[in-house]
Amino acid sequence: MILMLKRLRYHIAVFFSVIGPGFITAMVDNDAGGIYTYSQAGARWGYLPLWTLLPITVLLIVTQEMCSRMGAVTGKGLSDLIREEFGLRPTFLMMTALVFTNLTNVMANFAGIASSLELFHISRYISVPVGAVAVWLLVVKGTYRSVERVFLFACAIYVCYIISGIMVRPNWTEAAIYSVRPVLMLDPAYITIVIGLVGTSIAPWMQFYLQAAVVEKGITAKEYAESRIEVIVGCIAMTVIAFFIIVACAGAIWTVAPRDIKDAADAALGLKPFGEYAFLLFAAGLFNASLFAACILPLSTAYTVCEGLGFESGVNRSFREAPIFYWLFTLLIVIGAGVVLMPNLPLVTVILLSQVINGVLLPFVLIFMILLVNREGLMGEWKNSRAYNAIAWLAVVILIGMTLALVGITLRDLLAA
Amino acid sequence: MAENLLYLTELVGLKVYDTRSRRIGRVRDAALVPLIDSSRVDRFLVGGGWAWLTVRYDQVRSISLDGIYLQDELLTPYHSDEYMLRLVRDLLDQQIIDVSGRKVVRVTDVTFTVSREDGRDVLRVLEVDIGLRSVLRRLCQGIIPPRWVRRIQQRIPPNSIRWEFCNIVEADPQRRLRLNISHAALEKLHPADLADIVEELGPEDREAILSAIDSEVAAETLSEVDPKMQVSILESLDAEKAADIVEEMAPDEAADLLAELEEEASAEILQEMETEPKAEIQELLEFKEDSAGGLMNTEYVALSERATVADAVTALKGNEELLESLNTIFLVDEEGRFKGAVPVARLFIYPESTELRALAGEPLIRVNVNERQKRVIELFDKYNLLALPVVDDDDRLAGVITADDVISVLREK
Repeated sequence: MILMLKRLRYHIAVFFSVIGPGFITAMVDNDAGGIYTYSQAGARWGYLPLWTLLPITVLLIVTQEMCSRMGAVTGKGLSDLIREEFGLRPTFLMMTALVFTNLTNVMANFAGIASSLELFHISRYISVPVGAVAVWLLVVKGTYRSVERVFLFACAIYVCYIISGIMVRPNWTEAAIYSVRPVLMLDPAYITIVIGLVGTSIAPWMQFYLQAAVVEKGITAKEYAESRIEVIVGCIAMTVIAFFIIVACAGAIWTVAPRDIKDAADAALGLKPFGEYAFLLFAAGLFNASLFAACILPLSTAYTVCEGLGFESGVNRSFREAPIFYWLFTLLIVIGAGVVLMPNLPLVTVILLSQVINGVLLPFVLIFMILLVNREGLMGEWKNSRAYNAIAWLAVVILIGMTLALVGITLRDLLAA
Repeated sequence: MAENLLYLTELVGLKVYDTRSRRIGRVRDAALVPLIDSSRVDRFLVGGGWAWLTVRYDQVRSISLDGIYLQDELLTPYHSDEYMLRLVRDLLDQQIIDVSGRKVVRVTDVTFTVSREDGRDVLRVLEVDIGLRSVLRRLCQGIIPPRWVRRIQQRIPPNSIRWEFCNIVEADPQRRLRLNISHAALEKLHPADLADIVEELGPEDREAILSAIDSEVAAETLSEVDPKMQVSILESLDAEKAADIVEEMAPDEAADLLAELEEEASAEILQEMETEPKAEIQELLEFKEDSAGGLMNTEYVALSERATVADAVTALKGNEELLESLNTIFLVDEEGRFKGAVPVARLFIYPESTELRALAGEPLIRVNVNERQKRVIELFDKYNLLALPVVDDDDRLAGVITADDVISVLREK
C-alpha cells in the first residue's frame, strides 16, 4: 500500500516535470484563425457542429501522440528525422512550404492582436509594433525554462473563454445533445464549416513544434508514459476551449439571429448584449491567443528550418553563431507584423492561400511521420503496433481527405473572388 | 586548385566506362575502408543493369566530371560489408561531431581531392561540407550541370570541416571497431565543451560516447551536463560502467546524482562501486539535499592544529589530485573538532616552522550539517568565502562547501 502510494507520488511528480510541450502545442492551436472558425461555426450554425469536436479530439490525440513518442525515443526533431531518412531535397521543399504557411499564420495572429486591442480602443499602429518587439525580446532574451513558464501562464488565460461561455447562458441541454449527435446536411456552407473545423485543428507546424519541444525538454522514453498523458490532456483541454467558444457564439449570436461574422473580434462584439464582462473576457482571450501564437510560430519555424537544413540554431547561441536562425525568426515577425499595418492589404486572400499550402503540406508531413514512427531501426520496441497503425492510417486518410476538400473549397473561393 | 576537387554530389551519378570506353553504369555510392586508409575512397558502388557492382580504387584509371574510366574490368557484384563506411548511406545527412569547432553538425556534402597515385586517379576525402553552399549543390544535383553549379556557388562562402576533425557518431560498439572510429580526439576536448556536444545528440549516441570514452573524462563531462539529462544517461548505462564513472566524480556531485535516481538503479550502481568512494557517497546520501550536509564535499585537507607550514606543504604533496580546486586547509584537534581555516596562499609567505594556528583567519566560521541552504549562501556572501567548513553536532569537521557548489545552487534558482 505504502509502496503503491510512493509509486503514485512518483508518477505525479514525473507528470508535472513533463508538463509543457503537449499543453502548449494544443493551446496554440486555438490561435486567432482557430477562434474565428469556432466563432463562425457557432454564430452561423449554433449547436449543430458541436459533434465534430469529439472525432477531432481523437484525430488530434493520435497524431500528436506519435510525434511526442518519436521525440522522446529518438531525441531528435521531426525535421531532423525527415532529413536523415528521406534526404535533403524533400526536406528543403517541405521547409519552404512551412515557412510560407507559417508566415501567413503569423500575419493572421498579428491581425488578431490588432483587432482584439481595437476593441479596447488601442490603435493597431501602437499594439502591433509593441507586440512584435515584446515577442522578439521574450524569445531572444529568455531561457527555455522561463519562456515555457510564460507560455504555460498564457495557457491558463484560455479559461477566459470558459467563463464567457458560461456568462452567455447558452442552452446547455441542446449543447449536450448536439455534442454527441452527428448532424449531416448537404448544405455547402455547412460542409465547409465542418471541414474547416477539422482543418484548423491540425496544422503541419504543430507536429514539428511538439516533437522539438519534447526533445528540448529532455523527455526520455522512460518518462514517456506521463508525457503521453500530458499530450492527451492537452488535446482534450483544447477541445474544451473550442466547445465553449462555439457555445458562447451559439448562445449569443445564433439564438438572436444566425449570421456570418467577419472576424473573431466581431464575435466578441456579438457577446456585448450578454454583459460587458462576457465581451471583455472573449476579447482578452483573443488577444492572449494571438500573442501566444505570434510568439511560438516564428520561433518554431526558425528552429525547424535550421535543424532540417543543418544550420546553427537556438536562442542560447549568439547572432554571429546562428545568423540564419535569427534572420529567419526576425523576418517572420517583421513581415508578419508589418503586413498588418499596411492599409488595404487583402489579408483574407493571404490567409486563404495559406490554408491551401497548409493543406498541401499536411499530407506529406503526416505520411512521413507515420513512415518514421514505424521504422524498426529508429523506434525499436516503441514503433506502432499493428492495431495502432490501422487507427493511425485511418486518421491520416481522414485528415488528408478533409484537408484536400478544404483546399478545393478555398481555391474555388479564391478564384471566385 | 579547384580543378582537382570533386564533390560527392558530383561523384554520385557520374558515368563509369570500361577499358574500351563502353558505359557500364553510374556511380551510386562510394565507400571508405577506414581500417586500411582513413581518407581514401576504396570502392565505388556502380549501379548498372540488375545489381550494383563494386569497383576497387586500383581498378580506376582516371576520374573527372566527364566520367570514371577503368583500367580493369574484373568487377565483383556488390555485397554489404561491415568494414565499409558508405558515404551516401552512412555519412550524408547524418550528424557528426566537429572536433575543431566543438559542435554537432549535419553533413550536406563531401569534398574529395583527385590526385595521381601510381598512374591512377585516387579520391581522398578532404572536407565535409555544411552550410548554404553545399545545400545549393544538393538542391541542384542532377538538375543543373555540375560546371554551372560550380560557377554559381562561388558567390557563397564555403563552410567545411577538415576530415581529420570529423568524428563520426556510431552507437553500435562492434561497428565502431570495424570502422576504426576512435574517440581519442573527443577526450582531449574540455569537458564542458564535450558536455554541450553530448547534450545535442540523441539518447542512443549520447550513451554510446560516454560509455566509450575514458571513465575519468566521462565523469568530468557528466558533471557538466544538465542535471536532468545526467539522470537519464546514468540510468541507461550498464551498472558497471555507471559505477566507474560515478567513482571518478566528486563525492558531493555523485551523491546528488545518485539521490535523483530511482532507488533500484542507484543501489545497483553503488553495489558495483569500490568500497572507499562508496562509503563516502553513502554517507553524503544521508543528508537532505537542501541542507549544508547535502551541499558539502568530503574531499578536503585537514591537519592537526599544531602542524607547521612545512607539514602543510608535505600534506599537499600527498593530495595532488585535489590541488586544482584547493584553496583552504582546515585545522582540527585530536577529536577531529574544527579549530581553524588557513588560506593556502599564506603558506608561501611564512617560514616553514610557523605554526598554522598563527595563520588561521578570524573569526571561526562554520555551519552545522543540518543548516539550511539559504543560510549557507548568506554566509558565503557576507564573508566573501571560497570554502566553508561543515561540522557535525559535536563540532567535528564533516566536509566542506566550496564556492562552485554555491554558484550551482544559485544558478538553478
